[in-house]
Amino acid sequence: MNQVNIAERSPRDLREFRPSNFKREIDLLTTSLRELNEMLQGLRNDTARDEASFRVTNPDGAHALAVGIDAPLDVEIAGHVGYYCGGMNKWARIVIDGNAGPGVGENMMSGLIHVRGDASQCAGATAHGGLLLIDGNASARCGISMKGVDIVVKGDIGHLSGFMGQTGRLVAFGDAGEALGDSLYEARIYVRGKVESFGADCIEKELRDEHRAELFALLRQAGEAHRVDVSEFRRYGSARKLYNFHIDNTGAY
Amino acid sequence: MDAMEKAWGYIPPRPSATFDKHAIAEIRRAAATGIYDIRGGGTKRKVPHFDDLLFLGASMSRYPLEGYRERCDTSVVLGARFAKKPIELAIPVTIAGMSFGALSAQAKEALGRGAGLAGTSTTTGDGGMTPEERGQSRTLVYQYLPSRYGMNPDDLRKADAIEIVVGQGAKPGGGGMLLGQKISDRVAQMRSLPMGIDQRSACRHPDWTGADDLEIKILELRELTGWEKPIYLKIGASRPYYDVALAVKAGADVVVLDGMQGGTAATQDVFIEHVGIPILAAIRSAVQSLQDLGQHRKVQLIVSGGIRSGADVAKALALGADAVAVGTAALIALGDNDPKYETEYQALGTTAGCYDDWHEGRDPAGITTQDPVLTARLDPVLAGRRLANYLKVITLEAQTIARACGKSRLHNLEPEDLVALTVEAAAMTRLPLAGTSWIPGL
Repeated sequence: MNQVNIAERSPRDLREFRPSNFKREIDLLTTSLRELNEMLQGLRNDTARDEASFRVTNPDGAHALAVGIDAPLDVEIAGHVGYYCGGMNKWARIVIDGNAGPGVGENMMSGLIHVRGDASQCAGATAHGGLLLIDGNASARCGISMKGVDIVVKGDIGHLSGFMGQTGRLVAFGDAGEALGDSLYEARIYVRGKVESFGADCIEKELRDEHRAELFALLRQAGEAHRVDVSEFRRYGSARKLYNFHIDNTGAY
Repeated sequence: MDAMEKAWGYIPPRPSATFDKHAIAEIRRAAATGIYDIRGGGTKRKVPHFDDLLFLGASMSRYPLEGYRERCDTSVVLGARFAKKPIELAIPVTIAGMSFGALSAQAKEALGRGAGLAGTSTTTGDGGMTPEERGQSRTLVYQYLPSRYGMNPDDLRKADAIEIVVGQGAKPGGGGMLLGQKISDRVAQMRSLPMGIDQRSACRHPDWTGADDLEIKILELRELTGWEKPIYLKIGASRPYYDVALAVKAGADVVVLDGMQGGTAATQDVFIEHVGIPILAAIRSAVQSLQDLGQHRKVQLIVSGGIRSGADVAKALALGADAVAVGTAALIALGDNDPKYETEYQALGTTAGCYDDWHEGRDPAGITTQDPVLTARLDPVLAGRRLANYLKVITLEAQTIARACGKSRLHNLEPEDLVALTVEAAAMTRLPLAGTSWIPGL
């Protein structure tokens, strides 16, 4: 059994996504976290479009909002969210109209999570699929241990971003902090700005036409294709020198 | 015969107690290979253990129960603190987390079968949940590890409980290790890694640090699973009093406490032998922590690390644990280190009973390997039956002791039933030294 592609499908194209004009409004001042999540998790693929669109108000930094959704819902959260918003998401398009706390989109499998503000640490941690789009900056360890997700950050990414990244792509329009891509496996990193320093086994690699095309396609999915020139990015990946232990490499850690 | 021998008689060569043959061999091996020793299993050195305790049994002041007639309940409920669907096990002996990857698919299936037959749970490991394992396990605990290999919401919801792994007894503070020889195509796919690489898992969780974050992580896991599943928290025995207190504070339903005798699939020998404390030294502190918080028997305590017999089970429960977990013993029950493969063990430079190079993937018994020729040697049905037999025997042994102490439930065993044989064990367990009323340190 092949469990590599456990993400069900590629992320939605933001430009083609047409949410319903009708959005059911859920006010977290009067609805509990449990009630919200239970309702969202209870909806399945056959949910009618008009019943699959939600606007969540007064999140006030609540944790674990909209986690574990298993249907192509459209969830807009009007405000800042706490830890783990959209955790383990499948299929859904979740838009956070504010900042996101640590671990936004952690372990997401598919769908799209769009943070209109900044994201705290560990955005997209261990995520297997889908697209995580962050309009602002992402803090430390963005894409830590990523396993197939695509992450596009329109600002800067903090230190140790891409740490132990296994597969998937991490894109930053701005700068990257210290120790980018430390102990990287096969995740691919594209940064347009400057990189403070590389982590163990992370190196710059040539940006060839196929990579420009890959990056363009990814940015197109994110609705950003024509806003930046893909040639301005640099590509980073694993030198693969630490894949098998050797005593003479211990100084690399 | 030289002149000195004539004068004084034979003078045998004197080995150094400090530089003994193992220390010398290790220095020579390090110099020759340029790599530290990696092996499986738990500590091999002698440490204070359950053997250092004895039951007093019934006599004039207590009366025993009839061994074969009067009931002695063995069931245990785990996870009733917050979970809507706590787990009820027929016996207080669970199977510890061991990964597909470290173990063959057949071995994982056998663990599920054996545990099911005995009415207890089995646990996944650092490699995700396989369909064989889920299919054959009546009650399956899904480990939530730093690596999150294969972690996904569907498997999470298929689990009967979730065990957040902070650490394990063989290597508190260390991450997983699975060397290239065992990263087969299927293992690599389940872990989203290239084949053949040395996979060194993270030692910390990627998206939380400390007990305050963990509280939110537990909230997320409960929200993901509708507050149905018990949340276990597994820690390596090191600072049990405070670690257990923090686990309770973070919202765990069950604490799993693993001593340094607990096995690992592969870790540096120096880590196994020098980090962490024996389970005997950890239980009373953990129980005290629960008691101080008013959570003893409300948050269940599962202890592991060197559990072999029903006596060990009974002693752990008498010290205040709610259940135990077995790993190494379960593998032996399946057929690990079977003397019938002695010739092959010798070819690997070891002998049956000592084989611990589980990371090399050449296990003659077909358990700690991904080699299809070797794995085919293990019949999951037969091995599962052997495990069930073993689990039932040690439960019966524990009942035998409990009845002798006059207990109609295994969980009615208590510290008062025990004494210590050594001063060290007495101090660690806060039990009186046998024949005295002296508890060192109190």
